[in-house]
Amino acid sequence: MSAPLLQLSGVQKSFGAVRALKGVSFELIAGEVHALLGENGAGKSTLIKVITGAHQPDGGTITVAGEEVSQLTPSKARALGIACIYQQPALFPDLSVAENIALRLEKTSAFHRIRWKESATRAKELLHRIGAEIDPAKEVRELSMPEQQLVEIACALGSGARIVIMDEPTASLTQKEQHLLFAVVRDLRAQGVGVIYISHRLEEIFALADRVTVLRDGESVGTNAVDQLNEAQMIKLMVGREVSSIYPPAEGVPGEIVLALKNVGCTASGVRGVTIEVRAGEIVGMAGLVGAGRTELARILFGITPADAGEISLRGQRIRISSPQNAIAQGIAYVPEDRRRHGVILEMPIAQNMTMAIHPALFPGSWLRFNTETKLAQDFIRDLGIKAYGPEAPGGSLSGGNQQKVSVARWLATKPKLLILDEPTQGVDVGAKAEIHKIIRALAKDGLAVLMISSDLPEILGMSDRIAVMRGGELTAILPGGSDAHTVMAAALGQSGKAAA
Amino acid sequence: MNKYFRELSVAFALALLVGALAIFAPHFFATQPLLSRLTAQTPALIAAIGMTLVIVSRQIDISIGSQFGMCAVIAGLLAAAKLPLVVVLAVAVGAGALMGALNGALVAWLGLPSIVVTLATMVTWQEALRLWQQGRLLNLPPGVQWFGLSQPAGQKVLIILAVLAAALAAWLMKNIAAGRRVYAVGTDAEAARLAGIDPRRTTFGVFVLMGALTGLAAMMNVVQSPQIQPTCGDGLEMKVIAACVVGGVAVSGGRGSLWGVFPGLLLLANVNPALTHFHVQAYWEKAIQGFVILLAVMADGLRSRRNR
Repeated sequence: MSAPLLQLSGVQKSFGAVRALKGVSFELIAGEVHALLGENGAGKSTLIKVITGAHQPDGGTITVAGEEVSQLTPSKARALGIACIYQQPALFPDLSVAENIALRLEKTSAFHRIRWKESATRAKELLHRIGAEIDPAKEVRELSMPEQQLVEIACALGSGARIVIMDEPTASLTQKEQHLLFAVVRDLRAQGVGVIYISHRLEEIFALADRVTVLRDGESVGTNAVDQLNEAQMIKLMVGREVSSIYPPAEGVPGEIVLALKNVGCTASGVRGVTIEVRAGEIVGMAGLVGAGRTELARILFGITPADAGEISLRGQRIRISSPQNAIAQGIAYVPEDRRRHGVILEMPIAQNMTMAIHPALFPGSWLRFNTETKLAQDFIRDLGIKAYGPEAPGGSLSGGNQQKVSVARWLATKPKLLILDEPTQGVDVGAKAEIHKIIRALAKDGLAVLMISSDLPEILGMSDRIAVMRGGELTAILPGGSDAHTVMAAALGQSGKAAA
Repeated sequence: MNKYFRELSVAFALALLVGALAIFAPHFFATQPLLSRLTAQTPALIAAIGMTLVIVSRQIDISIGSQFGMCAVIAGLLAAAKLPLVVVLAVAVGAGALMGALNGALVAWLGLPSIVVTLATMVTWQEALRLWQQGRLLNLPPGVQWFGLSQPAGQKVLIILAVLAAALAAWLMKNIAAGRRVYAVGTDAEAARLAGIDPRRTTFGVFVLMGALTGLAAMMNVVQSPQIQPTCGDGLEMKVIAACVVGGVAVSGGRGSLWGVFPGLLLLANVNPALTHFHVQAYWEKAIQGFVILLAVMADGLRSRRNR
């Protein structure tokens, strides 16, 4: 047998203290569809970026068609025949299909005359080869999402790609469009192209892939032929680990119902029919895959994209939440994800960050009272164990975990009844993570209702008193605390395990 | 590095210029010309307060020159109709606030880029004024110029008023919650929104204030001469924006203070008289001003690169 198209062994990659890939081995042979499977954060995206040359690995070897390559760059990867089709096609909407294809495939100097006829012919030919009926003269903005993906595939083919990576290509496709795409993928396979196929949908993997490699926590945990595995085995491989016992235990009994949602939805953000209750003293974990609608739900509850369907009640009172100011006034606090961008203002001192949401209460008559502010900041610095040289330290001078604590402090200062946390420990080191968990548990113990969105499955399992699982904008399951990883994962992936509590 | 390094360096540059003049051209400090030169800068100083707020909130307003002309003409007409100066002042400030509110509404609620909105209103007010006044000079009745006082006394009143207003504004920007919100919105509007601040209201308020201050500035110009030219505001926006940039206000929003802008304004304004006193041809004025601006921008660029 000839050498595999692509072989990775022991590939490692770290970002600062975070080890995204701890040793991944992977092999792709000509004429196969090889699925890559893993939870959020298992390292799939990083692995793709290593293969396409966007990231340099810290260790391990990459071999393309039997030859080891080092210092892979995006252009080098393209020259080696590696092409990647992303979820969101990166085409120029104002140019025609033919122009887009020509732009990718031609290397011309700035004053070279454009050969319109030639590029039109080639576009037609490539599109024909993948069975797509798209007029090359059409502007890309007029194409549907799957048509744009087909154009991307045509580009990949035209560049002579032998390795085609598809990152969740069906995420935004209808059933019918999926079948068209599958046909194209099978066609590529028949032509001897190696396809790396990434998807969260197990049924697609069964329908399409020959082999599957599972990634977990930045490591490859095995490659199997797809027909040797069933769904349950696949999920088990993805989840694998035991839940560690470092999480603070639940204390006390949940009290009155703080938040009650009945069929809440928002057309603009694609959330539909969410019904759930959160009690005082309770931590409800929100699990689901990226894009399942969890952050969207949080944004509804915080009035950023107000609900247009259903009923929201807070402590038995029916309410409307029309804006963030409105939400704050009613006792709802939201610690957003991506704190580096929106959780704290990095240029501002942490004291100012902490009081940002309580200007009217803390500064009646609008006059700033610096002593009150400093005092409040010092209290939070002490209570939450924030490591900073003082209330005057700018947000940007703190570590990720401490920034997150500042963001939490800002919201605790509003004395909320309901605290929504969105990925509270994303990008936070292990020590700070445990501290934040302790803080969250202590807050719940003091009677706060907590809704915690997290893509970190162990965190969901370890912290939640109940687990709500979302998928495709809907709440698919409410599971009791202490559910096993397998059940949660199955619900998030849309399998049959709807063991509603 | 000191938090106010940037502001201090501008003040230092101004002190250097003034110091050099004191040694080599002491007649620069003759009382009457000095008073006149300072008085001439008072309207720009007032407008610079508003512009600092606008730029800190990550916007720009290039229509203030036209607004200034409009307010001056309105004030002049009312003054010519023998209305008391306090009423004239109130109307001028109100007219400015209204024009600012139009800019603010378009930028904040329709989400249009401020450079385009204020370009449109700049041309609109300018041309409206031309149509209306046909370039006429407006004669003011006696008792308006210098508030009816002697010239030196009137100049002193204006300078004292401007300095008081400037100091008050600088203090307010750091000491009331609204001032802090301007910085928050300018740094990261989305973060501010998630913290319960309404960036639209803040932006709107800043433009209204810009307009009102432009009205006040126009009034301070009106009382300086016996006549009003409809074109008296031409170029004001560039002068004031330049002062902000030299004074360390970041065009990317969220950074800068009036303590840098004021020396920046005086530094740029004194290039021309300094040249005269050093017997250099006045043609060099613009070139040197441009060089100073470039220097300031380069300093900011280098600083932010180091910080990254």
